[in-house]
Amino acid sequence: MDLWENISLAVSGLLANKMRALLTMLGIIIGIAAVIAIMTLGNSVTNTVTNTMAEMGGNNIVVQLSLKEDVNSFELTDDDLISDEMLEQMNEVYSNEVVAVSVDEGIGSGQVKDGRKYANVTIYGVNGGYQIANNVKMMTGRYISETDREKVSNVAVVSNKTSKAIFGTEFGALGQEIKVHRGEEILAYTVVGIYEHEDNPMMAMMGGMQAEADRPTDLYIPISTAQRINDSDLGYTYVTIVTDSNVDSISFAMTLQNFFETFYRRNPVFTVYVMSMKSVVEQMTTIMGTMQLAIAVIAGISLLVGGIGVMNIMLVSITERTREIGTRKALGATNASIRMQFIVEAVIICLVGGVIGIILGVIGGMLGANLLGAPATPSVGSVIFAMGFSMAIGVFFGYYPANKAAKMDPIEALRYE
Amino acid sequence: MADEYTKTQAAVQEAEQAGPRPAPQPQAPVPAASAQGASWTVSEGFLPQSSPDLTIQPLDDFSSTTPEEGTLGLGEPIIQMRNIVKTFYIGEPNELQILHGIDLTVRRGEFIAVVGQSGAGKSTLMNIIGVLDKPTEGEYILDGVDVSKAKDRELSDIRNDKIGFVFQTFNLIPRTTALKNVELPMLYAGVSRGERSRRAKDLLALVGMEDRMSHQPNELSGGQKQRVAIARAMSNNPAIILADEPTGALDSATGRMIMDLFHQLHREQGKTIVLITHSNELAAETQRIVTISDGRIISERKGMA
Repeated sequence: MDLWENISLAVSGLLANKMRALLTMLGIIIGIAAVIAIMTLGNSVTNTVTNTMAEMGGNNIVVQLSLKEDVNSFELTDDDLISDEMLEQMNEVYSNEVVAVSVDEGIGSGQVKDGRKYANVTIYGVNGGYQIANNVKMMTGRYISETDREKVSNVAVVSNKTSKAIFGTEFGALGQEIKVHRGEEILAYTVVGIYEHEDNPMMAMMGGMQAEADRPTDLYIPISTAQRINDSDLGYTYVTIVTDSNVDSISFAMTLQNFFETFYRRNPVFTVYVMSMKSVVEQMTTIMGTMQLAIAVIAGISLLVGGIGVMNIMLVSITERTREIGTRKALGATNASIRMQFIVEAVIICLVGGVIGIILGVIGGMLGANLLGAPATPSVGSVIFAMGFSMAIGVFFGYYPANKAAKMDPIEALRYE
Repeated sequence: MADEYTKTQAAVQEAEQAGPRPAPQPQAPVPAASAQGASWTVSEGFLPQSSPDLTIQPLDDFSSTTPEEGTLGLGEPIIQMRNIVKTFYIGEPNELQILHGIDLTVRRGEFIAVVGQSGAGKSTLMNIIGVLDKPTEGEYILDGVDVSKAKDRELSDIRNDKIGFVFQTFNLIPRTTALKNVELPMLYAGVSRGERSRRAKDLLALVGMEDRMSHQPNELSGGQKQRVAIARAMSNNPAIILADEPTGALDSATGRMIMDLFHQLHREQGKTIVLITHSNELAAETQRIVTISDGRIISERKGMA
């Protein structure tokens, strides 16, 4: 009895009992679909995180003010902040490693208005280093400069999206004056540059409730101008340091930790915490991996249950077909060929279930990844693995019923009612 | 004996399910010949209308050595049984000897009937003849092979090669076309696809089922099923056709057609046929009637054929 005959027999058996076959496969379908969907989604999220982090600057190190241990109540004074003096000293000591220092101060959201036209913005006071640290891509004009900062000038850099909303074209805002409504206040700035706005998938995810046109873009002004608005100008709660790409940012973060701690040795409440983006990415990747593994284990349990379902149905099936088995034996089927027939049948059930599961998983995973805004395709490896695994389930859970069928006594089997 | 009982029950039930029929199949021989006479007229119509003449060309592959028609004991022995004893539950308190030393010789081309009442040991003897079971004692040589000494895994090859089963309940494989059913024993014998299909078609034509080849068993009547089963039994050109109550589940008219088919196969194809039945009437049509009772052969007499 060749394999092809067994396969066509199993397929016609499945077609003759479609509903039962489908229910039998359900466990396998769900298990495989879950594995594939999760792997696809996992790829998508990992890619998003990695890309976002890389965009934000894989060589960035964030220095932020933090509380010392065992501190319950505190009051933040200007003396506690990270000062320009500290940053200047750092620049001198680590001139080879540090490419740029980025400081920024958010002053909240606002709206650029011109008659009925408007664009939502988030206003940031920045220095020149911000562009490097955050990879802001200029389309025309220039970014905020150190001169702007010294002069506390009323200049702004806006996104192409804002420019288009107010002036109709992506470059229309350059050199124009814009009015930014911030609560009751109206701020007027001259646009010196336009940057390219990129929809950040992660931000899009969080701002998913808003219409695309209403989603705010960043509007940059000199940090000194922002500090004047906020009435604070003595330091920063956090700074971002861009390191040279040749520098190991993880170990350099530890060096900087030691460097900044010297300034806070006598401070009873505050210290600094230095972390590199690279280590954050690594941590998140590890977390993602663990989550993926956990869900894969759950999917594995579903596959196990599915496999037991297949075994159960195969046992029912051989009982129902006892006479058929007896007849086949009387006609000269060997035990081995009976065993092979039922193993092939179990494998076909699992394989068909696996293929349906893969299709559903790929569709589900790609849909989910698109919803997350980071399209991803399932890896070929995971599809092949899923196929192989579902076949293995078929062989494993099909063997016992098949062997039971093979060992039936033909006389008893022929007499079975 | 329990199995005899269930079998008879099954026969009665299936016969009843087959629908209304003129007269119930009698358990014991009945003298009335009127029913039989009526069915003879029907039997002439069983062959396909397309071939009005009843003669069928013997197939090259299936024709064995030319039988000496109507003669007894002239062909070579194909079944040789010496002192066959079958005991169940050996060594247990309920040890039960069913066959007490059966001696039976069947020669090539013979058409014999084994008759006996329920519980006489017919089924047990049939299982041994059909190599589904091995005798506890004694020697059984089938077509030159000593079956009683064969290993278990050799038995399926012997069944495949030398025996064509025809069952009371047809036992066609469900959801499988008539053609595929007939191909099945050849499939297990490893016959190539084209050859299988060709021979299966020839055989179905031989039993008058050529226009029902792609029908599944549930689309066939009882008589049609049994004809497919007979074609299947012949597919590996076996040494013997072993028919166990082949008309038991059929009404008398259809049963008559099946019996005619056996006669035709015997006459024209030279098949060796062993018919197991409890009906003396059917047995009388064969060449030799072997009657068993209580596990012993009590008489052997010449039949009408």
